[in-house]
This record gives sequence, structure tokens and C-alpha cells, in this order.
Amino acid sequence: MTDEHPAAALPTGKRSIFPVKTIPGLSAVAVISIAVLYAPVFALVVHSFHAGDSGALWQGFSLKWYVAALENREVREAFMRSLTVAASASAIATVAATMAAVARTRTFPGRTAIHLLINQPVMMPEIIMAAALLIVFASIKAATGYAGLGYLILAHAAFCVPVAYLPVRARLESIDLNLEMAAADLYATPWQAFRRITLPLMAPGIAAGAILAFVISLDDVIISEFVKAAGQDTLPTYMLGQLRQTVTPEINAISTALIALTAILLCIFFVLSPTRERKS
Amino acid sequence: MATMETSASSASNHEALANSRRTRNSWLLSLPAVLLLLIGASGPLLVLLVCSFLEPGDYGGVIWKPGIEAWFKTIFSDGIGGDAIQLADAHLLIFWRSVKVSLLTVLVTFALGFPTAYFIATRPRPQRTVWLFLITIPFWSSLLIRTIAILEMIRGEGVINTLAIWIGFIDQPMQMLHTEGAVLLGMAYVYLPLMVLPLHASIERFDFRLLEAGYDLYANRWQVFRRIVLPLAGPGIVAGSILVFVSSLGAYVTPRVLGGDESAMIASLIGYQFSQAENWPLGAALAILLLAAVAIVLVIFIRTLCAERADDR
Repeated sequence: MTDEHPAAALPTGKRSIFPVKTIPGLSAVAVISIAVLYAPVFALVVHSFHAGDSGALWQGFSLKWYVAALENREVREAFMRSLTVAASASAIATVAATMAAVARTRTFPGRTAIHLLINQPVMMPEIIMAAALLIVFASIKAATGYAGLGYLILAHAAFCVPVAYLPVRARLESIDLNLEMAAADLYATPWQAFRRITLPLMAPGIAAGAILAFVISLDDVIISEFVKAAGQDTLPTYMLGQLRQTVTPEINAISTALIALTAILLCIFFVLSPTRERKS
Repeated sequence: MATMETSASSASNHEALANSRRTRNSWLLSLPAVLLLLIGASGPLLVLLVCSFLEPGDYGGVIWKPGIEAWFKTIFSDGIGGDAIQLADAHLLIFWRSVKVSLLTVLVTFALGFPTAYFIATRPRPQRTVWLFLITIPFWSSLLIRTIAILEMIRGEGVINTLAIWIGFIDQPMQMLHTEGAVLLGMAYVYLPLMVLPLHASIERFDFRLLEAGYDLYANRWQVFRRIVLPLAGPGIVAGSILVFVSSLGAYVTPRVLGGDESAMIASLIGYQFSQAENWPLGAALAILLLAAVAIVLVIFIRTLCAERADDR
């Protein structure tokens, strides 16, 4: 690089303000990267209000693709199915995760094993779990004849447990357990202490976990794609199927609606999230 | 239990009883989560492993006859005649492409992610939270929708082609979709936050006086970057690279939407065995192979991390 020392160029008196942290050129790349992160999604949102058919040249504002999506029976059914699965799976997963989190506040044999089990699905490529579930559910289906939404809900609930567990656990760790002991001193039964002291304090963490699980379930593509039976499309698998044909702005309209829903839920999550609270 | 009650009821006995009750309660409380994960995660993985050692049924499914044909077929194929054994070129090509594209994704996300993480970590605190939030939102939002956004940019009638034609760069739309480059672009786009977040976590902890000391000792900017900044960011670089590599290696949605048949990756191959090809044992064997690859990378990662911890002491 250059032989000239960067600090040498400055007058000696101003040496203290030499920007040590700055590395030239990095800021420009950083701002461009963050802009690039948002530009395509922004373009997609703008395009969903496009009056034209599939070209990108702007032909005027219109809501016709939203109307088209709403009038499409398949889209409506897929959306309702997505909501049903996400709501059921997140409810089941959050209850299970909360119970496991409460159990983990006490040391007991097997604690580490349970912790490992809960965190096992996190780093695994989803396609592996999808293939495994396909095999298991196919044999259950052959044995029992049941072909309802239960499989999707069970699969989603399983991968939502670790997702819901983290915020609940984080919240629980920030609670002073002496409060529970104080309640016991005041003749509360363990159940009363939990019901009146611990549970209300945990509530924001539980809500955050449930919302995150809901969002993750709503967005899931791969496991749903493999587990679903014919005619059981969720919104993401429906969209994936549509992408094989010509893409119309209808997909953009559905995507924009999903982005809006996710954004609202994530904002609520960030407000409830315990790490944010600790910082402020 | 009975002997405990009849024996002299000392305080320690009471404590042991309370302890065992607490252990039992803790297990009971964990039971729903454990069951859910055994039925919906760990159990199916075992079934997958077993399935890879069975023979395929005619129309999907498996026949309960043990065999290692599926494992054999992951790497070899019986030629057209049936007796000549040769390497399964198609599979090897897909493995190689998956590794290549994943490594390239790591490189691209690092080239963009490092400046981004450094920029965010050196902002004043209130600003930093906002920038970090901007990275976290895409991290939590739908991968499919972000892939569709890239699809909208690069398809034949997409934003980039339309703009380029409108400006007059080109007359005919460029073919960008269904190429390896498209898959790389899409993966770098969707996995960039996975690189930025761990990098930021490690840069945020920097002691910037070390950089100052470097400059004081007449290091130039490049030397400070090469000898101080990069080594300090080491754990973040390793963590980010592993996260991006592992995610890319198992990526299904992005290659499927943006790539064509000529840019299929290992996850597409697994999916293909379960749908069109209807060879479940082969699909299961390939999935286990992918799982093993991921596990090896993660073990290397953990060992590097432990070695670094040991160095610190």
C-alpha cells in the first residue's frame, strides 16, 4: 500500500482526532449493501400496485392484483390453511416450550440432554427434516388412513419448539427467583406462586415466543411442501407452485400482504423481546 | 419409597424425597416438548437412517428388505447395460456444484458483510441499534419472498432487463434466470444477514485502542487491517462463514426458484428422489450424507472455537 503513514499527514496538534476506527471505503460498501438488501423487496412491493401485466415498465397505479388474489379461491383457502396451521402449531409449541423452560430453572439429572434435544433442529438443513417427516407420515398415513391437517400441525409444532423456547427462556432468566421464595414464605402453594408471580412475569416472553413461532410457521416452505397431502397447499407452497408458471404481479400482491403481516408481528415481537428491555 | 418412610425420618431423607419429586416434576414439565421433538424431529431422523438401508418400492415408499444399494447409488451408477459399474457423474457434479456455490456464497457475503458489520459496530450506540434492526428484519422475514424479489429483478421482463433496455445498454433481454450465477446472487442476497450478525457481534467487542497502538507503532492502514482487525474479528468470521456455508449447502428454495436443471444442488437432488424419481432409500441416503457433511463442518467449527478459547487463557 502507501508508504506514507496516515497519521503523519495530519498536523501533530490534531493527532488525537485521527479517526482510528475508520477504514476507508468500508462505509460506502456498507451503505450500498444495506440498500441492496432492501431494494429488491421494495421493487416487489411497488410492483404489486402495478397496473400492467408482467413487464417492469411502469404503467400506472392499480389495486387489481390484490383484487385478483382475493378473488382467487385457491389463494383464500391456502391463506386460511396457513393461519390455522401457524396458530395451532405456535400454541402447542409455546405451551410445550414454556413448560420445558420452567423445568430448566431447577437443576435436575437429564437437564443437558433435554437442552440438546430442544436445540437439535436449529442448525440442520430443513430438507433433511422434510425428507424424514415425509417417510414417517407416509407410513402413519398408510396405517391409520388419517390424512388431515394434523401432520402439518405436528411437523410445524416440532420445529417451532426451539423458536418459542429461546425468548421464554431469556425472559425467565431475567426474573428474580427469590420472588417465588418470598411468595412461599407468605404461605403460597407452589402452584399459587407460579400462577400469581412467575407466570405474569413470564408473560411478555411467552407472547414473544408465540409470535416468533407463528411467523416462522407462516413462512415455512420446505417442510410444508414435503408433508402436505394433495390439495393441502399453504400460502408459501402455493406460491412456490405458481412460480413454475409465468409470474404475474398477483404473486407480488400476496408477497406484499405477507410482508406486511410479518412486519407487524415482528414489531410486536421486538417490543416484547427481553433483550431489548435489558438494553434500555 | 416404603423403606424411606419407615426409616428414621431425618432431615436428609426429607430432602432426598423432595429432590426426587422435583426431578420427577421437572421431567414431567419437559415431557410435552421432549415428546413433540421425538415424534417430530429426532425420531424421524432415525427412520430416515433406517430407510436408507432398505430397498425402494415401485411407486415411492420402501420394501422391508435390507440392502445397501441406495448407498451404493449415491456415488456409483450401473451403466446402461447394467453390469458396468461407473461413477455417478450426475451426482458427483451436483455435490461439487453445491460445495462450489456455497463457498462462493461465503466469499460474496463476507466481502459485503464485513464492511457492513464494521460500519454498524463503529456507529454511536443509538444509531447502531437502528442499523442492526435493518439487518435483523430480513433475517426473520420469509426466505421465499426474498427469493421472489430477486426473481423479479433478474427475470426476462424483470427490473434489471427493463432498465438496461430502457437506458439503451442492450437490445435483447439478458438471460440471467436459471443460471448458476442467478443461484449465487440469490443465495448471497438471502444469507447476507447470517454473515453480518455474528461479524457484528465480534467487532462490537473490539478494543479500539489496539488499532490506535498499531498506528502509533507506524503500521499503515493495510497493516492495521491485516494484522489487528482481521485477527480480532476471527471468531465472528468463522461463525458467519459456517452459518452461511451450512445454510447454502442445504438450500432448497433459492436454487429451485432461481436455478434451472443445470444448476441443481444437493437439496434439489434429494427432493427429486422423493418426488419424480420415487426412490426413497436413495433420497434418504443422500439426506444422511448431507447431514454428515453439515455435522463435520460444525464439529470443525466447535473445535476451532475451543482452540481459540484456550489461546485466550
